[in-house]
Amino acid sequence: MEKRTRADTFVEEISASPGGEGICLCIQCGTCTASCPNADRMDHTPSQLIAMARAGMKEEVLSSNAMWHCLSCYLCTVRCPRGIKQTDLMHALECLAIREGLSSGRTRTPAMYRSFNDFVYSLGSLPEFGFMTWFYMLTNPLRAFRMIPVALSLLRHGRLSIKARRLTPEGTSQLKAILDKAESLGGAS
Amino acid sequence: MRYYTYFPGCSSSEGGAKAYGWSTQAVSKVLDIELIELDDWNCCGSTPYSSIEELASFCLSARNLALAEKRGLDLVTPCSSCYVILNRTNSHLKEYPQLKAKVDEALAAGGLEYHGTVRVRHLLDVFVNDIGYDEIRAKVKINLGGLKVAPYYGCQMVRPRPSFDHPENPQSLDKLIAGLGGEPVPFPLKSRCCGGSLIISEEALALELIRKIFDSALSNGAECLVTPCPLCQTNLDAYQSRVNHKFKANFNLPVLFFTQLMGVAFGLSDEDLGLKTCIVPTERVLAKYL
Ligand code: SF4
Ligand code: SF4
Repeated sequence: MEKRTRADTFVEEISASPGGEGICLCIQCGTCTASCPNADRMDHTPSQLIAMARAGMKEEVLSSNAMWHCLSCYLCTVRCPRGIKQTDLMHALECLAIREGLSSGRTRTPAMYRSFNDFVYSLGSLPEFGFMTWFYMLTNPLRAFRMIPVALSLLRHGRLSIKARRLTPEGTSQLKAILDKAESLGGAS
Repeated sequence: MRYYTYFPGCSSSEGGAKAYGWSTQAVSKVLDIELIELDDWNCCGSTPYSSIEELASFCLSARNLALAEKRGLDLVTPCSSCYVILNRTNSHLKEYPQLKAKVDEALAAGGLEYHGTVRVRHLLDVFVNDIGYDEIRAKVKINLGGLKVAPYYGCQMVRPRPSFDHPENPQSLDKLIAGLGGEPVPFPLKSRCCGGSLIISEEALALELIRKIFDSALSNGAECLVTPCPLCQTNLDAYQSRVNHKFKANFNLPVLFFTQLMGVAFGLSDEDLGLKTCIVPTERVLAKYL
Protein backbone atom coordinates (compact mmCIF):
# COMPACT_ATOMS: atom_id res chain seq x y z
CA MET A 1 0.00 0.00 0.00
CA GLU A 2 1.18 3.49 -0.80
CA LYS A 3 2.43 5.35 2.24
CA ARG A 4 0.77 8.70 2.78
CA THR A 5 2.56 11.45 4.58
CA ARG A 6 1.26 14.44 6.52
CA ALA A 7 2.35 16.60 3.60
CA ASP A 8 0.25 14.56 1.14
CA THR A 9 -2.93 15.07 3.11
CA PHE A 10 -2.46 18.80 3.54
CA VAL A 11 -1.67 19.28 -0.15
CA GLU A 12 -4.73 17.22 -1.02
CA GLU A 13 -6.92 19.37 1.20
CA ILE A 14 -5.67 22.51 -0.51
CA SER A 15 -5.93 20.99 -3.98
CA ALA A 16 -9.57 20.14 -3.39
CA SER A 17 -10.54 23.85 -3.34
CA PRO A 18 -11.13 25.53 -6.68
CA GLY A 19 -7.82 27.10 -7.67
CA GLY A 20 -5.91 25.19 -5.00
CA GLU A 21 -4.99 22.37 -7.37
CA GLY A 22 -2.15 24.43 -8.83
CA ILE A 23 -0.06 23.97 -5.72
CA CYS A 24 1.57 20.86 -7.25
CA LEU A 25 2.76 22.78 -10.30
CA CYS A 26 4.81 25.42 -8.50
CA ILE A 27 8.48 25.60 -9.50
CA GLN A 28 9.39 28.05 -6.71
CA CYS A 29 10.53 30.72 -9.14
CA GLY A 30 9.46 33.47 -6.74
CA THR A 31 7.69 35.59 -9.36
CA CYS A 32 4.58 35.84 -7.20
CA THR A 33 6.56 37.03 -4.21
CA ALA A 34 8.48 39.57 -6.26
CA SER A 35 5.19 40.92 -7.65
CA CYS A 36 3.24 41.04 -4.42
CA PRO A 37 2.70 44.57 -3.06
CA ASN A 38 2.37 43.18 0.45
CA ALA A 39 4.97 40.41 0.58
CA ASP A 40 7.10 42.40 3.01
CA ARG A 41 4.19 42.56 5.47
CA MET A 42 3.63 38.82 5.41
CA ASP A 43 5.37 36.53 7.88
CA HIS A 44 5.85 34.09 4.99
CA THR A 45 5.93 35.16 1.36
CA PRO A 46 3.43 33.69 -1.14
CA SER A 47 6.01 31.30 -2.61
CA GLN A 48 7.24 30.30 0.86
CA LEU A 49 3.70 29.42 1.85
CA ILE A 50 3.54 26.97 -1.04
CA ALA A 51 6.88 25.40 -0.14
CA MET A 52 5.82 25.09 3.50
CA ALA A 53 2.45 23.58 2.60
CA ARG A 54 4.16 21.01 0.39
CA ALA A 55 6.44 20.16 3.30
CA GLY A 56 3.36 19.44 5.39
CA MET A 57 3.75 22.41 7.73
CA LYS A 58 0.01 22.72 8.13
CA GLU A 59 -0.13 24.59 11.41
CA GLU A 60 2.57 27.07 10.48
CA VAL A 61 0.85 27.80 7.17
CA LEU A 62 -2.68 28.10 8.50
CA SER A 63 -1.72 30.28 11.46
CA SER A 64 0.28 32.62 9.22
CA ASN A 65 -0.83 36.21 8.71
CA ALA A 66 0.22 36.05 5.04
CA MET A 67 -3.04 35.19 3.33
CA TRP A 68 -4.86 37.77 5.47
CA HIS A 69 -2.59 40.43 4.03
CA CYS A 70 -3.44 39.40 0.50
CA LEU A 71 -5.25 42.22 -1.30
CA SER A 72 -6.72 40.10 -4.08
CA CYS A 73 -4.89 42.27 -6.57
CA TYR A 74 -4.25 39.24 -8.81
CA LEU A 75 -0.83 40.41 -9.89
CA CYS A 76 0.75 37.10 -8.85
CA THR A 77 -1.94 35.21 -10.74
CA VAL A 78 -1.38 36.95 -14.06
CA ARG A 79 2.39 36.62 -13.78
CA CYS A 80 2.84 33.04 -12.59
CA PRO A 81 4.68 31.11 -15.33
CA ARG A 82 2.90 27.91 -14.27
CA GLY A 83 -0.59 29.36 -14.49
CA ILE A 84 -1.18 28.90 -10.78
CA LYS A 85 -4.11 30.86 -9.41
CA GLN A 86 -2.16 32.13 -6.47
CA THR A 87 -4.92 34.51 -5.31
CA ASP A 88 -7.44 31.65 -5.17
CA LEU A 89 -4.84 29.64 -3.31
CA MET A 90 -4.68 32.41 -0.71
CA HIS A 91 -8.48 32.28 -0.39
CA ALA A 92 -8.33 28.50 -0.02
CA LEU A 93 -5.83 28.90 2.83
CA GLU A 94 -8.05 31.49 4.49
CA CYS A 95 -11.03 29.12 4.35
CA LEU A 96 -8.96 26.25 5.75
CA ALA A 97 -7.52 28.42 8.51
CA ILE A 98 -11.02 29.37 9.62
CA ARG A 99 -12.30 25.83 9.38
CA GLU A 100 -9.40 24.57 11.52
CA GLY A 101 -9.70 27.43 13.99
CA LEU A 102 -6.14 28.50 13.29
CA SER A 103 -6.63 31.93 11.75
CA SER A 104 -4.02 34.42 12.84
CA GLY A 105 -4.77 36.63 15.81
CA ARG A 106 -2.19 39.14 14.60
CA THR A 107 -4.46 40.66 12.02
CA ARG A 108 -7.95 42.12 12.21
CA THR A 109 -8.78 41.04 8.67
CA PRO A 110 -10.61 37.78 9.58
CA ALA A 111 -12.87 39.70 11.97
CA MET A 112 -13.49 42.36 9.33
CA TYR A 113 -14.45 39.74 6.71
CA ARG A 114 -16.70 38.05 9.28
CA SER A 115 -18.59 41.27 10.09
CA PHE A 116 -18.98 42.07 6.40
CA ASN A 117 -20.38 38.62 5.66
CA ASP A 118 -22.78 38.71 8.61
CA PHE A 119 -24.32 41.89 7.25
CA VAL A 120 -24.58 40.54 3.73
CA TYR A 121 -26.04 37.26 4.98
CA SER A 122 -28.80 38.94 6.93
CA LEU A 123 -29.63 41.82 4.57
CA GLY A 124 -28.53 40.70 1.12
CA SER A 125 -26.75 44.03 0.77
CA LEU A 126 -23.95 45.85 2.48
CA PRO A 127 -24.73 48.99 4.49
CA GLU A 128 -21.23 50.43 4.66
CA PHE A 129 -21.82 52.65 7.66
CA GLY A 130 -23.35 49.96 9.85
CA PHE A 131 -20.70 47.47 8.87
CA MET A 132 -17.76 49.76 9.61
CA THR A 133 -19.16 50.95 12.92
CA TRP A 134 -19.89 47.40 13.98
CA PHE A 135 -16.43 46.21 13.01
CA TYR A 136 -14.60 49.02 14.80
CA MET A 137 -16.64 48.64 17.95
CA LEU A 138 -16.01 44.91 17.87
CA THR A 139 -12.27 45.06 17.41
CA ASN A 140 -11.02 48.40 18.57
CA PRO A 141 -13.38 51.12 19.82
CA LEU A 142 -10.44 53.48 20.10
CA ARG A 143 -9.91 53.26 16.36
CA ALA A 144 -13.60 53.96 15.84
CA PHE A 145 -12.95 57.20 17.65
CA ARG A 146 -10.01 58.08 15.41
CA MET A 147 -12.10 57.38 12.33
CA ILE A 148 -14.73 59.95 13.26
CA PRO A 149 -13.21 62.67 11.05
CA VAL A 150 -13.29 60.37 8.01
CA ALA A 151 -16.87 59.37 8.81
CA LEU A 152 -17.90 63.00 9.26
CA SER A 153 -16.42 64.05 5.95
CA LEU A 154 -18.27 61.20 4.23
CA LEU A 155 -21.46 62.23 5.99
CA ARG A 156 -21.05 65.88 5.07
CA HIS A 157 -20.68 64.90 1.42
CA GLY A 158 -23.80 62.78 1.49
CA ARG A 159 -21.94 59.52 1.26
CA LEU A 160 -22.99 57.72 4.41
CA SER A 161 -26.39 56.14 4.29
CA ILE A 162 -27.61 54.99 7.63
CA LYS A 163 -30.40 53.03 6.01
CA ALA A 164 -29.59 49.75 4.28
CA ARG A 165 -30.94 48.82 0.86
CA ARG A 166 -33.39 45.95 1.33
CA LEU A 167 -34.38 43.16 -1.02
CA THR A 168 -38.07 42.33 -1.42
CA PRO A 169 -39.36 39.87 1.20
CA GLU A 170 -39.42 37.13 -1.48
CA GLY A 171 -35.87 37.96 -2.55
CA THR A 172 -34.69 37.91 1.04
CA SER A 173 -36.13 34.49 1.77
CA GLN A 174 -34.91 33.12 -1.55
CA LEU A 175 -31.39 34.28 -0.81
CA LYS A 176 -31.53 32.83 2.70
CA ALA A 177 -32.70 29.48 1.37
CA ILE A 178 -29.78 29.43 -1.09
CA LEU A 179 -27.16 30.45 1.46
CA ASP A 180 -28.44 28.04 4.10
CA LYS A 181 -28.33 25.22 1.58
CA ALA A 182 -24.77 26.21 0.69
CA GLU A 183 -23.85 26.15 4.34
CA SER A 184 -25.26 22.63 4.72
CA LEU A 185 -23.19 21.48 1.74
CA GLY A 186 -19.94 22.40 3.44
CA GLY A 187 -17.11 24.18 1.62
CA ALA A 188 -16.45 24.70 -2.06
CA SER A 189 -14.19 21.65 -2.27
CA MET B 1 -30.56 52.59 -28.34
CA ARG B 2 -28.61 49.78 -26.70
CA TYR B 3 -30.00 47.81 -23.80
CA TYR B 4 -28.19 46.13 -20.95
CA THR B 5 -29.04 44.62 -17.61
CA TYR B 6 -27.50 46.81 -14.94
CA PHE B 7 -25.88 45.63 -11.74
CA PRO B 8 -24.88 48.72 -9.74
CA GLY B 9 -23.43 46.93 -6.71
CA CYS B 10 -24.01 48.14 -3.16
CA SER B 11 -21.56 50.99 -3.27
CA SER B 12 -22.87 52.65 -6.42
CA SER B 13 -26.54 52.18 -5.61
CA GLU B 14 -27.17 53.46 -2.11
CA GLY B 15 -23.71 53.31 -0.65
CA GLY B 16 -20.73 55.64 -0.56
CA ALA B 17 -20.36 55.78 -4.34
CA LYS B 18 -23.90 56.95 -5.14
CA ALA B 19 -22.42 59.58 -7.41
CA TYR B 20 -20.89 56.82 -9.52
CA GLY B 21 -24.39 55.41 -10.04
CA TRP B 22 -25.84 58.84 -10.88
CA SER B 23 -23.09 59.76 -13.31
CA THR B 24 -23.24 56.31 -14.91
CA GLN B 25 -26.91 56.79 -15.69
CA ALA B 26 -26.48 60.37 -16.85
CA VAL B 27 -23.61 59.60 -19.21
CA SER B 28 -25.27 56.43 -20.52
CA LYS B 29 -28.29 58.48 -21.51
CA VAL B 30 -26.13 60.76 -23.62
CA LEU B 31 -24.63 57.70 -25.29
CA ASP B 32 -28.05 56.17 -26.03
CA ILE B 33 -27.55 53.34 -23.62
CA GLU B 34 -30.36 52.06 -21.47
CA LEU B 35 -29.26 50.36 -18.27
CA ILE B 36 -32.11 48.37 -16.80
CA GLU B 37 -31.43 47.56 -13.18
CA LEU B 38 -31.60 43.88 -12.28
CA ASP B 39 -34.64 43.34 -10.05
CA ASP B 40 -33.94 42.35 -6.49
CA TRP B 41 -30.23 41.75 -6.94
CA ASN B 42 -28.08 40.95 -3.92
CA CYS B 43 -24.59 41.96 -2.83
CA CYS B 44 -21.88 40.06 -4.76
CA GLY B 45 -20.09 39.32 -1.47
CA SER B 46 -16.93 41.01 -2.72
CA THR B 47 -13.52 39.95 -1.37
CA PRO B 48 -14.70 39.11 2.19
CA TYR B 49 -17.09 36.39 1.07
CA SER B 50 -14.76 34.93 -1.53
CA SER B 51 -11.98 34.81 1.06
CA ILE B 52 -13.63 32.94 3.88
CA GLU B 53 -16.86 31.41 2.58
CA GLU B 54 -16.10 30.27 -0.92
CA LEU B 55 -19.17 28.20 -1.68
CA ALA B 56 -21.54 30.86 -0.33
CA SER B 57 -19.64 33.47 -2.32
CA PHE B 58 -20.25 31.56 -5.58
CA CYS B 59 -23.90 31.18 -4.60
CA LEU B 60 -24.33 34.91 -3.98
CA SER B 61 -23.08 35.60 -7.50
CA ALA B 62 -24.96 32.69 -9.00
CA ARG B 63 -28.29 34.04 -7.76
CA ASN B 64 -27.61 37.34 -9.52
CA LEU B 65 -26.46 35.56 -12.67
CA ALA B 66 -29.52 33.30 -12.66
CA LEU B 67 -31.82 36.33 -12.37
CA ALA B 68 -29.92 38.08 -15.15
CA GLU B 69 -30.04 35.02 -17.40
CA LYS B 70 -33.82 35.28 -17.61
CA ARG B 71 -33.38 38.64 -19.32
CA GLY B 72 -30.85 37.46 -21.86
CA LEU B 73 -28.88 40.70 -22.02
CA ASP B 74 -25.27 41.37 -21.07
CA LEU B 75 -24.90 42.17 -17.39
CA VAL B 76 -23.08 45.46 -16.91
CA THR B 77 -21.56 46.71 -13.69
CA PRO B 78 -19.59 49.88 -12.96
CA CYS B 79 -17.92 48.22 -9.96
CA SER B 80 -14.59 46.46 -10.44
CA SER B 81 -15.13 44.23 -7.44
CA CYS B 82 -18.58 43.06 -8.59
CA TYR B 83 -17.04 42.57 -12.03
CA VAL B 84 -14.23 40.33 -10.84
CA ILE B 85 -16.45 38.35 -8.47
CA LEU B 86 -19.28 37.72 -10.96
CA ASN B 87 -16.80 36.76 -13.67
CA ARG B 88 -14.94 34.50 -11.30
CA THR B 89 -18.16 32.63 -10.60
CA ASN B 90 -18.85 32.29 -14.31
CA SER B 91 -15.42 30.85 -15.06
CA HIS B 92 -15.18 28.65 -11.97
CA LEU B 93 -18.57 27.10 -12.62
CA LYS B 94 -17.34 26.09 -16.07
CA GLU B 95 -13.99 24.84 -14.84
CA TYR B 96 -15.02 22.91 -11.72
CA PRO B 97 -17.98 20.54 -12.28
CA GLN B 98 -18.06 19.49 -8.64
CA LEU B 99 -18.43 23.09 -7.56
CA LYS B 100 -21.14 23.61 -10.15
CA ALA B 101 -23.09 20.65 -8.78
CA LYS B 102 -23.08 22.17 -5.31
CA VAL B 103 -24.01 25.64 -6.54
CA ASP B 104 -26.85 24.16 -8.61
CA GLU B 105 -28.16 22.36 -5.57
CA ALA B 106 -28.08 25.55 -3.49
CA LEU B 107 -29.76 27.57 -6.25
CA ALA B 108 -32.47 24.95 -6.52
CA ALA B 109 -33.28 25.53 -2.86
CA GLY B 110 -34.27 29.03 -3.98
CA GLY B 111 -36.12 27.77 -7.06
CA LEU B 112 -33.46 29.03 -9.47
CA GLU B 113 -31.14 27.56 -12.06
CA TYR B 114 -28.20 28.98 -13.92
CA HIS B 115 -26.90 27.73 -17.27
CA GLY B 116 -23.77 29.84 -17.52
CA THR B 117 -24.83 32.04 -20.43
CA VAL B 118 -24.61 35.53 -18.96
CA ARG B 119 -21.80 37.72 -20.19
CA VAL B 120 -20.55 40.00 -17.41
CA ARG B 121 -19.15 43.31 -18.63
CA HIS B 122 -17.54 46.31 -17.00
CA LEU B 123 -19.17 49.62 -17.82
CA LEU B 124 -15.90 50.96 -19.24
CA ASP B 125 -15.74 48.00 -21.64
CA VAL B 126 -19.24 48.79 -22.91
CA PHE B 127 -18.40 52.45 -23.39
CA VAL B 128 -15.14 52.01 -25.26
CA ASN B 129 -15.92 48.85 -27.21
CA ASP B 130 -19.68 48.85 -27.88
CA ILE B 131 -20.01 52.61 -28.28
CA GLY B 132 -16.40 53.38 -29.20
CA TYR B 133 -14.01 56.26 -28.78
CA ASP B 134 -15.19 58.12 -31.86
CA GLU B 135 -18.79 58.20 -30.85
CA ILE B 136 -17.82 59.31 -27.36
CA ARG B 137 -15.67 62.07 -28.81
CA ALA B 138 -18.59 63.18 -30.94
CA LYS B 139 -20.62 63.89 -27.78
CA VAL B 140 -18.04 66.18 -26.23
CA LYS B 141 -19.41 69.69 -25.71
CA ILE B 142 -16.67 71.06 -23.51
CA ASN B 143 -13.20 70.06 -24.53
CA LEU B 144 -11.13 69.36 -21.43
CA GLY B 145 -8.32 71.42 -22.90
CA GLY B 146 -5.28 69.50 -21.78
CA LEU B 147 -6.41 68.80 -18.22
CA LYS B 148 -3.74 66.50 -16.84
CA VAL B 149 -5.41 63.33 -15.62
CA ALA B 150 -3.88 60.23 -14.05
CA PRO B 151 -5.88 57.20 -15.22
CA TYR B 152 -6.08 54.93 -12.21
CA TYR B 153 -7.38 51.50 -13.28
CA GLY B 154 -6.78 49.62 -10.04
CA CYS B 155 -6.56 45.83 -10.01
CA GLN B 156 -9.81 44.06 -10.43
CA MET B 157 -11.07 45.48 -13.69
CA VAL B 158 -8.01 44.30 -15.59
CA ARG B 159 -7.03 41.15 -13.71
CA PRO B 160 -6.96 38.18 -13.40
CA ARG B 161 -8.63 37.07 -16.63
CA PRO B 162 -7.61 38.47 -19.96
CA SER B 163 -10.43 40.94 -20.40
CA PHE B 164 -10.88 43.94 -22.62
CA ASP B 165 -7.60 45.56 -21.66
CA HIS B 166 -4.02 44.67 -20.78
CA PRO B 167 -3.66 43.26 -17.23
CA GLU B 168 -0.64 45.38 -16.32
CA ASN B 169 -0.44 48.24 -18.75
CA PRO B 170 -4.05 49.01 -19.68
CA GLN B 171 -4.83 51.78 -22.19
CA SER B 172 -8.61 52.17 -22.44
CA LEU B 173 -8.96 54.95 -19.85
CA ASP B 174 -5.95 56.77 -21.32
CA LYS B 175 -7.60 56.81 -24.74
CA LEU B 176 -10.94 57.81 -23.29
CA ILE B 177 -9.39 60.79 -21.46
CA ALA B 178 -7.60 61.87 -24.61
CA GLY B 179 -10.91 61.66 -26.48
CA LEU B 180 -12.41 64.15 -24.02
CA GLY B 181 -9.57 66.55 -24.70
CA GLY B 182 -7.71 65.75 -21.51
CA GLU B 183 -4.11 64.67 -21.29
CA PRO B 184 -3.55 61.24 -19.72
CA VAL B 185 -0.25 61.48 -17.87
CA PRO B 186 2.19 58.57 -17.83
CA PHE B 187 1.33 56.67 -14.69
CA PRO B 188 3.43 53.61 -13.84
CA LEU B 189 1.25 52.65 -10.87
CA LYS B 190 -1.98 52.84 -12.87
CA SER B 191 -2.94 49.23 -12.16
CA ARG B 192 -1.42 48.82 -8.71
CA CYS B 193 -3.53 48.10 -5.67
CA CYS B 194 -5.07 50.81 -3.43
CA GLY B 195 -5.29 48.45 -0.45
CA GLY B 196 -8.89 47.46 -1.12
CA SER B 197 -10.94 46.50 1.91
CA LEU B 198 -7.79 46.18 4.02
CA ILE B 199 -8.09 49.93 4.54
CA ILE B 200 -10.53 48.94 7.27
CA SER B 201 -8.62 46.15 9.00
CA GLU B 202 -5.00 47.11 8.26
CA GLU B 203 -5.11 50.82 7.64
CA ALA B 204 -1.38 51.50 7.92
CA LEU B 205 -0.60 49.04 5.19
CA ALA B 206 -3.21 50.47 2.83
CA LEU B 207 -2.25 54.11 3.47
CA GLU B 208 1.27 53.32 2.36
CA LEU B 209 0.06 51.83 -0.92
CA ILE B 210 -2.14 54.88 -1.49
CA ARG B 211 0.74 57.25 -0.83
CA LYS B 212 2.81 55.54 -3.51
CA ILE B 213 -0.04 55.95 -5.98
CA PHE B 214 -0.30 59.68 -5.23
CA ASP B 215 3.46 60.09 -5.52
CA SER B 216 3.44 58.44 -8.91
CA ALA B 217 0.50 60.53 -10.17
CA LEU B 218 1.84 63.81 -8.86
CA SER B 219 5.40 63.32 -10.05
CA ASN B 220 3.98 62.92 -13.54
CA GLY B 221 2.13 66.20 -13.32
CA ALA B 222 -1.41 64.95 -12.70
CA GLU B 223 -3.98 67.51 -11.57
CA CYS B 224 -6.52 64.83 -10.69
CA LEU B 225 -7.14 61.10 -10.89
CA VAL B 226 -9.99 59.17 -12.44
CA THR B 227 -11.01 55.64 -11.61
CA PRO B 228 -13.55 53.02 -12.66
CA CYS B 229 -13.85 51.51 -9.15
CA PRO B 230 -15.91 52.63 -6.12
CA LEU B 231 -13.50 51.16 -3.62
CA CYS B 232 -10.47 52.80 -5.24
CA GLN B 233 -12.29 56.13 -5.33
CA THR B 234 -13.24 55.90 -1.67
CA ASN B 235 -9.78 54.88 -0.54
CA LEU B 236 -8.03 57.58 -2.53
CA ASP B 237 -10.52 60.33 -1.81
CA ALA B 238 -11.86 59.76 1.72
CA TYR B 239 -8.54 58.61 3.11
CA GLN B 240 -6.41 61.28 1.46
CA SER B 241 -6.44 63.30 4.67
CA ARG B 242 -5.31 60.21 6.60
CA VAL B 243 -2.42 59.77 4.16
CA ASN B 244 -1.47 63.42 4.62
CA HIS B 245 -1.66 63.05 8.36
CA LYS B 246 0.38 59.86 8.49
CA PHE B 247 3.12 60.91 6.07
CA LYS B 248 3.11 64.64 6.85
CA ALA B 249 2.26 65.22 3.22
CA ASN B 250 -0.13 67.67 1.61
CA PHE B 251 -1.68 65.90 -1.30
CA ASN B 252 -4.66 67.73 -2.69
CA LEU B 253 -5.66 65.56 -5.61
CA PRO B 254 -9.32 65.31 -6.63
CA VAL B 255 -10.35 61.74 -7.42
CA LEU B 256 -13.22 61.40 -9.89
CA PHE B 257 -15.16 58.52 -11.29
CA PHE B 258 -14.38 58.29 -14.99
CA THR B 259 -18.10 58.80 -15.64
CA GLN B 260 -17.97 62.14 -13.82
CA LEU B 261 -15.16 63.33 -16.05
CA MET B 262 -17.09 62.20 -19.13
CA GLY B 263 -20.15 64.03 -17.82
CA VAL B 264 -18.20 67.27 -17.40
CA ALA B 265 -17.01 67.01 -21.00
CA PHE B 266 -20.56 66.23 -22.15
CA GLY B 267 -21.72 69.45 -20.51
CA LEU B 268 -23.85 67.74 -17.85
CA SER B 269 -24.67 69.52 -14.63
CA ASP B 270 -22.94 69.18 -11.32
CA GLU B 271 -26.14 67.71 -9.85
CA ASP B 272 -26.31 64.94 -12.45
CA LEU B 273 -22.75 63.99 -11.70
CA GLY B 274 -22.63 64.37 -7.93
CA LEU B 275 -19.32 66.21 -7.97
CA LYS B 276 -20.13 67.61 -4.53
CA THR B 277 -19.82 64.14 -3.07
CA CYS B 278 -16.10 64.17 -3.76
CA ILE B 279 -14.29 64.82 -0.51
CA VAL B 280 -11.23 66.47 -1.98
CA PRO B 281 -12.88 69.45 -3.71
CA THR B 282 -12.96 69.25 -7.49
CA GLU B 283 -13.71 72.94 -8.20
CA ARG B 284 -10.08 73.96 -8.33
CA VAL B 285 -9.40 71.82 -11.36
CA LEU B 286 -12.87 71.64 -12.93
CA ALA B 287 -14.20 75.19 -12.46
CA LYS B 288 -13.16 76.32 -15.92
CA TYR B 289 -15.17 73.53 -17.58
CA LEU B 290 -18.39 73.81 -15.61
S1 SF4 C 1 5.03 32.51 -9.54
FE1 SF4 C 1 3.94 30.53 -9.67
S2 SF4 C 1 5.54 29.00 -10.03
FE2 SF4 C 1 6.58 30.87 -9.33
S3 SF4 C 1 6.78 30.60 -7.09
FE3 SF4 C 1 4.86 31.73 -7.44
S4 SF4 C 1 3.27 30.13 -7.57
FE4 SF4 C 1 5.25 29.10 -7.81
S1 SF4 D 1 -3.21 38.77 -5.04
FE1 SF4 D 1 -2.48 38.71 -2.91
S2 SF4 D 1 -0.69 37.37 -2.93
FE2 SF4 D 1 -1.12 37.94 -5.05
S3 SF4 D 1 0.21 39.70 -5.46
FE3 SF4 D 1 -1.79 40.51 -4.80
S4 SF4 D 1 -1.62 40.78 -2.58
FE4 SF4 D 1 0.07 39.45 -3.21
